Amino acid sequence: MSDGERLWIHGGRVVDPSQDLDGSAGIIVENGKISAIGPDLDRPEDAREIDASGLIVAPGFIDLHVHFREPGGEHKETIATGARAAVAGGFTTVWTMPNTDPPIDDPAAVGFVKAAGEVAGGARVMPIGAASIGMKGEQMTEIGELVAAGAVAVSDDGAPVAHAGLMRRLLEYTQTFGIAVVQHSEVVELAEGGVMNEGAVATALGLRGIPNVAEAAMIARDALLSELTGGHLHVCHVSARESVEQLRLARGKGLRVTSEVTPHHLILTEELVRGYNTEAKVNPPLRTARDVEAVRQALVEGVIDVIATDHAPHHYEEKEREFDDAPFGINGLETAFGLCMKALVEPGHLSLADLIDRMSCAPARIMGLDMGTLRAGAPADVVLLDPVGRWTVDPTRFASRSRNTPIAGWDLPGRIRRTLVEGETRYDAEDSR
Amino acid sequence: MSAAASADSSTASAPPLGKDLVGLEGLSGDTIRMILDTAEPFKEISERQIKKVPVLRGQTIVNLFFEPSTRTRISFEFAEKRLGADTVNISSTGSSVAKGETLVDTARNLEAMRIDMVVIRHGSSGAARFLADRIPSNVINGGDGRHEHPTQALLDMLTLRDRLGKIAGLKVCIVGDIVHSRVARSNIFGLKAMGAEVAVCGPRSLVPVGIEELGVRVFPHVEDAIEWADALNVLRLQLERMSAGYIPSLREYNRVFGVTRNRLEKAPREVIVLHPGPMNRGVEIDSDVADGPQSVILPQVTNGVAVRMAVLYLLAGGRPEAAEDAKRGSGGQG
Repeated sequence: MSDGERLWIHGGRVVDPSQDLDGSAGIIVENGKISAIGPDLDRPEDAREIDASGLIVAPGFIDLHVHFREPGGEHKETIATGARAAVAGGFTTVWTMPNTDPPIDDPAAVGFVKAAGEVAGGARVMPIGAASIGMKGEQMTEIGELVAAGAVAVSDDGAPVAHAGLMRRLLEYTQTFGIAVVQHSEVVELAEGGVMNEGAVATALGLRGIPNVAEAAMIARDALLSELTGGHLHVCHVSARESVEQLRLARGKGLRVTSEVTPHHLILTEELVRGYNTEAKVNPPLRTARDVEAVRQALVEGVIDVIATDHAPHHYEEKEREFDDAPFGINGLETAFGLCMKALVEPGHLSLADLIDRMSCAPARIMGLDMGTLRAGAPADVVLLDPVGRWTVDPTRFASRSRNTPIAGWDLPGRIRRTLVEGETRYDAEDSR
Repeated sequence: MSAAASADSSTASAPPLGKDLVGLEGLSGDTIRMILDTAEPFKEISERQIKKVPVLRGQTIVNLFFEPSTRTRISFEFAEKRLGADTVNISSTGSSVAKGETLVDTARNLEAMRIDMVVIRHGSSGAARFLADRIPSNVINGGDGRHEHPTQALLDMLTLRDRLGKIAGLKVCIVGDIVHSRVARSNIFGLKAMGAEVAVCGPRSLVPVGIEELGVRVFPHVEDAIEWADALNVLRLQLERMSAGYIPSLREYNRVFGVTRNRLEKAPREVIVLHPGPMNRGVEIDSDVADGPQSVILPQVTNGVAVRMAVLYLLAGGRPEAAEDAKRGSGGQG
């Protein structure tokens, strides 16, 4: 929105858990920031208006874990297509993982991602820098330089930081810059060659399994290193019930350990792999109903802090392969809210306000971002939701460049109607009919 | 399974086995019995001077082998030729596959050449199903990764039935490297459907997690397995399992898990010994067992051809009850 322009969002039910707000209210936006919020706001002179009658007005979602594939994998996704897929899913900020080709391990690369995000016209793109040079797990990147260029955390995601000594140094060194070490928690020696969850289904299908303990053992190690160093460990995509036990232990000790869970791990199980369905091939793998129950409960209790998509686009040709050869990953941005509504809100595990918290306020809170809120002074990152409208997942209509999802054809509750970043409408469901 | 397609149709045209044979999981005991019964009349063809009947005359069959195989490929090829089909063998080396062609492109190209059936052997679990879902030709799984090898289990069951007169109620223990074995999985699914009791025995590092949920019991000691079983199906131990750290040495494997005469003699009853081959003599099985009176290893090979003829015949739409007539051949032999 241009300087000085004002916007009046009215008629909706404002749900903002960051200030315990749930009720009819209006919002006034000025210069891309929220200037006022309250139940009895009149339309300012000259203000454009957005009628939110019948809709929920919430702080825009923040996704701490996406893969946008640029540079090197532009046939799967670019920063521009990814940023537009994000706003179509109600996300106003995304953190991009650095495992591109080449990886984002120097300040120029960080600057490239940030600049490409700024012109994309979608969600705000905040780059995560690589934790080690070339993501080889050997030598630390110039983390100070990466942060100066705009990096918001470091990670070797796609692979774990396997070396315990390097992990310790990372948890120490990052403290100067106040950023988290974001870990893909996996003991490679236990997971090696695995393509799905270990257990009876993998045994019947003759596929190599990845045991729960491959994840939980790494979380245990890293939590101890966080305890030793005081560094901020953020655990990616928790999938296993044993991992929840480790996180519960860390929470009980008051450690600086935070974690995320994906929408797919909150509802889908390994049964989807039967028939060698490569769309359900993802790492960490879809697990059992007991694991789904455990990670869901952990999210409800706050033992797992946030929902993050691990949006992992892949070209259809790459998925139309023998199961062993197909890449891991699920395209998640545009189905996240609906899938979470189905997994959490419809069955009554979580209120809508709590879901908005886990998708918006909590990510901002754990990472110290001045977002995820509709308080006056915050950036006007707003999503308008229709919580009762239903829709059918049709990957051919994704804004993402890729269509890989195991839930094509699913009927989901909860529609994104409009997404604003700094007061500017970046997605409007009316336009994309 | 596409075998289910016959359920909604009472017309005589529905093929008795469906379009494909990708595995024994999900097949009923009746279906498996039908295949074994159909194999009976075909056994005799291989004993003739002129080993050929015109049942599949004019049909084109591709043997698509992405993994090296001698026994299975030759057995299929004999079965196909003895039924009068035209066959082409494709191996991964020296073909477009070696040049990086994807399996889906290979499938489409084969289809464009208007073939009738494909026998596929592939290193990836699920590859046979992948192909079957993408081409209208009949697909027979000749072994996919560590998933299934249905014709091997069928010939094992035919051999057991020949020797012991029945399958239901038999106690069969599969011994050795279960985790990597497609033979084990197909035998588990098939034998259980036929009403046998199934166990596995091997070092726990070679027994997959969750195997009990498939309805089999696990013996950690081969002596206990032998005491329990009517028949042992002894699997080949791949030599590379040692370097991959599953077992410490072949010598120790033989000492702890080897099927030896000494161990068999302690059994309370005669225990029949099967082996899908090729054998590592002195590793998983001792020579005096392999060559002894309890061994049915060579009858397995003979039965392999008959079982594969039966599967080809049924997938081509042949009626099981007409197999006896079909083998006589109404004309044009040789």
